[in-house]
Amino acid sequence: MGIEPGRLHFSWISSAESTKFVDVVNDVTAAVKALGPNKTFLKTEAKVA
Amino acid sequence: MLAYIDKIKEISRRLLQEGNVDMVIGFRRGTVPMMNEPCFVKTPEDVDNLVWDSNCGINLANYLTNRPEKIGIIAKGCDSRNIVTHIIENKIKRDQLVIIGVPCKGMIDRHKIQAMFETEIEHVTEMDDKVTIKGEGFEKTLEKKDVLQDNCALCIHRNPVIHDELVGDLVEEQKDVDRYKDIHNIETLSPEEKWRYFDNLLSACIRCYACRNACPLCYCPTCFVDESRPQWVGKSIDPIDTRTFHFLRAYHCAGRCTDCGSCERACPMGIKVRLFTKKLEKDCLELFDWEAGMTLEKRPPLDTYRPDDPDDFIK
Repeated sequence: MGIEPGRLHFSWISSAESTKFVDVVNDVTAAVKALGPNKTFLKTEAKVA
Repeated sequence: MLAYIDKIKEISRRLLQEGNVDMVIGFRRGTVPMMNEPCFVKTPEDVDNLVWDSNCGINLANYLTNRPEKIGIIAKGCDSRNIVTHIIENKIKRDQLVIIGVPCKGMIDRHKIQAMFETEIEHVTEMDDKVTIKGEGFEKTLEKKDVLQDNCALCIHRNPVIHDELVGDLVEEQKDVDRYKDIHNIETLSPEEKWRYFDNLLSACIRCYACRNACPLCYCPTCFVDESRPQWVGKSIDPIDTRTFHFLRAYHCAGRCTDCGSCERACPMGIKVRLFTKKLEKDCLELFDWEAGMTLEKRPPLDTYRPDDPDDFIK
């Protein structure tokens, strides 16, 4: 729908794979941080109440 | 197409007289041109209200959801596929239905025709493959094939896939149709271009939900857009809310959509909402070799697991 590649990640991690979980979380946060703040999928109009 | 009506009336009358069905779901003349409306015929006397022409684009499977009666239903190719989907999803039982199949040659696109004229269209009549449009001070005859609904022009399942009665000879299916040209074009856009493309596409949306209401797949008792606890999506016409609505609605139709075009036909703003569902339809065909509503024998891809299901997106 026009979201930059790299902002959305899918992973299959078993509950037994704690180290993989840590690695994936680190990788994802690093990748998203590198992209910077989300500028498109963001509401622009003022919030009502 | 027009010749079908005598047979439709004959079958409907017989079914009602013999008590095989409690009602027949069909179309009657609408209050404005090109807008035939669905109707429930419950007595043999009312059968004469039924009409059939190229303005019967609404999908009648929409009116079957959770009904307890025995029903006769008039079904074009796309309606019949949605009836199959309804049966698979336990929204109606096969033995409640007498399906009156109508081999279809396509419905005309009211948006296209309205866009051709500046003043109000008062009468639309058709004869064979011509459509005549009349209004104050003008009259024009068009070729029906030039004003078909987009989905009808691309249709490859015009004949009903399931039926108990048939109102005419089966029609020839269209061959060598490039069904996904517009989707290919969108797929080649960069993310930024895609974002702008969908912004433009949806800018006219007024969130009236006509697309959802006309859709036979959208039968949830409470739609996600109407939920307030939690509120999944804002109710404003903020472009982000509108985008969320359209994309999520399309995903709810994945592997179920038959491209009947009811959503696009119902849209008062003429938005090409089929572009969303068609992308998913294309993916289902390419990834799972699946076309919705073609058979009662197979389960849809979303509720079957195969070890070789494509999973390249999972890292």
